[in-house]
Amino acid sequence: MCSKDHGEMCNLAELTPDSMRNTIVRKQKLSPVLTLFEIRAPLIANSAKPGQFVIVWTGEHGERLPLTISDWDVANGTITLIFQEVGRGTIELGRLNEGDDILSLAGPLGKPTDIENFGTAVAIGGGVGTAIARPVAYALKQAGNELITIVGAREKSLIILEDELRGFSDDLIITTDDGSYGRKGLVTEPLKELLESRKIDFVVAIGPLPMMRAVSDTTRPYGVKTIVSLDAIMIDGTGMCGGCRVTVGGKTKFTCVDGPDFDAHQVDWDELRARKAFYFDEERKDREAATAGGDN
Amino acid sequence: MARGGPRNKMPQQDAAKRVQNFDEVALGYTEEQAIDEAERCLNCKNKPCVAGCPVNIDIPAFIQLIKAGDYSGASEEIKKTNSLPAICGRVCPQEEQCEKLCILTKKGESVAIGRLERFAADYEAAHSTGESVPEPQNPELAKYSVAVVGCGPAGLTVAGDLAKNGYSVTIFEALHKTGGVLRYGIPEFRLPRNILDREVKYVESLGVKIISDIIVGRTFRVEDLLRNGFEAVFVGTGAGAPKLMGIEGENLSGIYSGNEWLTRINLMRAHREEYATPIKIPTRACVIGAGNTAMDCARTAMRIGSEEVTIVYRRSRAEMPARGEEIENAEEEGVKLMLLTNPKRFIGDEKGAVKAIECLKMELGEPDSSGRRRPVTVEGSEFIIEADTVIVALGQNPNPLIRSTTEGLETESWGGIIINEETGMTSIPGVFAGGDAVTGEATVISAMGAGKIAAEGIDKYIREKHGIE
Ligand SMILES: Cc1cc2nc3c(=O)[nH]c(=O)nc-3n(C[C@H](O)[C@H](O)[C@H](O)COP(=O)(O)OP(=O)(O)OC[C@H]3O[C@@H](n4cnc5c(N)ncnc54)[C@H](O)[C@@H]3O)c2cc1C
Ligand SMILES: Cc1cc2nc3c(=O)[nH]c(=O)nc-3n(C[C@H](O)[C@H](O)[C@H](O)COP(=O)(O)OP(=O)(O)OC[C@H]3O[C@@H](n4cnc5c(N)ncnc54)[C@H](O)[C@@H]3O)c2cc1C
Ligand code: SF4
Ligand code: SF4
Ligand code: FES
Repeated sequence: MCSKDHGEMCNLAELTPDSMRNTIVRKQKLSPVLTLFEIRAPLIANSAKPGQFVIVWTGEHGERLPLTISDWDVANGTITLIFQEVGRGTIELGRLNEGDDILSLAGPLGKPTDIENFGTAVAIGGGVGTAIARPVAYALKQAGNELITIVGAREKSLIILEDELRGFSDDLIITTDDGSYGRKGLVTEPLKELLESRKIDFVVAIGPLPMMRAVSDTTRPYGVKTIVSLDAIMIDGTGMCGGCRVTVGGKTKFTCVDGPDFDAHQVDWDELRARKAFYFDEERKDREAATAGGDN
Repeated sequence: MARGGPRNKMPQQDAAKRVQNFDEVALGYTEEQAIDEAERCLNCKNKPCVAGCPVNIDIPAFIQLIKAGDYSGASEEIKKTNSLPAICGRVCPQEEQCEKLCILTKKGESVAIGRLERFAADYEAAHSTGESVPEPQNPELAKYSVAVVGCGPAGLTVAGDLAKNGYSVTIFEALHKTGGVLRYGIPEFRLPRNILDREVKYVESLGVKIISDIIVGRTFRVEDLLRNGFEAVFVGTGAGAPKLMGIEGENLSGIYSGNEWLTRINLMRAHREEYATPIKIPTRACVIGAGNTAMDCARTAMRIGSEEVTIVYRRSRAEMPARGEEIENAEEEGVKLMLLTNPKRFIGDEKGAVKAIECLKMELGEPDSSGRRRPVTVEGSEFIIEADTVIVALGQNPNPLIRSTTEGLETESWGGIIINEETGMTSIPGVFAGGDAVTGEATVISAMGAGKIAAEGIDKYIREKHGIE
């Protein structure tokens, strides 16, 4: 349980609300809409596994936002979150700076990704999903897989973690929708070529829903085990509300406790899309207010 | 001589007005009403009412103090065994407990024990200059730490009692706020937030540390607590996993569990403009089920501005499990009841959102194991009701997280943690449990009663372990 530099962790009875402050120790803008926070959270760092997430709450008026633990450092007692500013919650989060505390940070949540030596594994990240895929890809490599990583984004400025991924992947393929970097096109094109040309044993895809669904459709005819990380709308993240339910293989599952990883070929994508879009109007109003409202 | 006649009515906010706000519905007795009600009590020698109270408050004793005008004294008397009287006086199902056994029940109407309890607690809160914090009984015990998992009524009770003994206590809570169901489940028009906040503050003033955002089983495990600084652990994690119907279309958007609906509104304040969590104001909301959770969901739906709210229940009115008072309140507020009706499937629109429920008519057959007449489907009676919001409020099961991450913890097949009833200890030495996590969904006062027993069990366990007198 203990790691250097935070004595209070050795003895959980000595924890105090003050010692639990989640201070942002590093902030980095990865692209105009992507922000990285390294946050002091020794207990979470200590327990985190690939595929797990945290729930962030920034204050009285805020929403509880699920964000994947993109990286963690047990020795320093920190975790890394990478998030895209898409609406009020993430825009407000992005306004915090180094030295600020995140009022509330709970985790690690969800089941860790099942990592094995499958043989040849393809890890696919789309947009901010690349940040989420990173620890899973790394763990696949550590487990002995030959690792091919595919990263896709709309355009060059949205490609993140390239050097790091290149460092541990056996091969890294980059695609952009507009061809401003790497191959022009979608991640499913190189994926299909791989499936055609060689034996692929395992695919994991994390990114926007249409991309995960397209990957699922691409691998299905080849019968390759394909895992996706679903981002259903959540509140508590602990199995209490059922708001995050999805249908997988005809059964109702709670994404936050039964997932977020599921067998892509079993997911009811239409239902997930509908549930995710349900609050579109309310979210748009909030987003407009957040963008217009400045810092208060 | 005791005054005969009916009990004093509880003054209430007018129904037409109260559906527009989240202020408390019941306004509380005035002094005159309280004294008048106290005079109804016969001060029975054998105190039959006390046996109906899960924490055995000396009911006639506190009522006599009210009668004598010593309201603070009454509050102190209650606090000897119930540390959350302002809460229990409001939310206890008194008619099933203390008031059921009141001698006057046989002759007509029981003494309004709960309302008097509330009166005493509120009086004290309004007139005391800050609560006096008792000194720990034995400061020596401060070197022993106890971890409490879950900040609901069970956890708060264990923590308060042990802190009064002198122990160092830390509560670990999964959510970002305290109170458990008292905050995310029970709406503020039944239990105002300032009352809950005051009770939590009191527990903190006893020296209890509350650390939120810790999901035991994930952030760390129960065994980590025992290994890293704590002598004993109390598990008071409640029954938070919603039951669903398992019928076609249940995952359409616009269909909520009771927990999700109440959490969005009570915890996240989704109905208020300045709060980020969204909710859609229903045109027609149907609430499935007829327990207290269902009533709370329906009454909350009215208050956020739904045009129409209907409770759909498969049995008849007589079998509705909610408190009679709450059913009346709901109806006064405009909630409709559609009885002997059971959903068969949910029907969605082109966007995957619910637009209607196909229902079946039911009739009552033979009594089942619960003694209530069993609802039987009327074949071919399918009909459609429109709804753009459905709230499935069928109750809760214990959350499996602690069970699945704590090796050696014995549980019932349905998930309840098994304990020794006398001590509250589980199958793991040093690990205790109580409240809804053990019994399944029950009541605030029974969770507190279980907390009391566990606090005694923990005290005894630690003393024995360390040879303390
Ligand atoms: C397990 C999980 C892991 C995630 N990891 C990351 C991550 O590492 N980086 C990242 O940028 N994003 C991640 N997301 C998505 C992120 O949670 C949402 O972008 C964020 O909640 C949007 O909130 P908002 O207020 O900024 O935007 P809003 O305007 O409220 O919503 C924008 C979109 O985000 C989705 N969304 C809204 N509220 C929630 C909610 N409470 N829970 C889930 N989705 C919601 C909706 O589908 C909506 O279309 C993850 C989601 C889940 C479920
Ligand atoms: C809508 C509703 C209305 C009700 N109305 C009434 C009423 O009028 N009168 C009445 O007497 N009873 C009522 N009840 C029942 C009553 O609220 C419960 O019986 C009571 O709250 C149980 O107390 P508890 O302490 O056992 O659990 P809870 O109140 O459920 O508290 C458990 C706490 O533990 C936390 N937790 C769970 N898992 C973990 C974990 N792994 N790590 C850390 N923390 C965790 C939860 O977040 C929660 O805060 C109602 C219940 C509901 C849902
Ligand atoms: S705590 Fe509840 S059961 Fe006990 S006397 Fe008060 S109202 Fe009655
Ligand atoms: S049983 Fe009723 S009348 Fe008798 S002491 Fe109790 S409250 Fe008073
Ligand atoms: S987020 Fe509430 S159950 Fe998953």
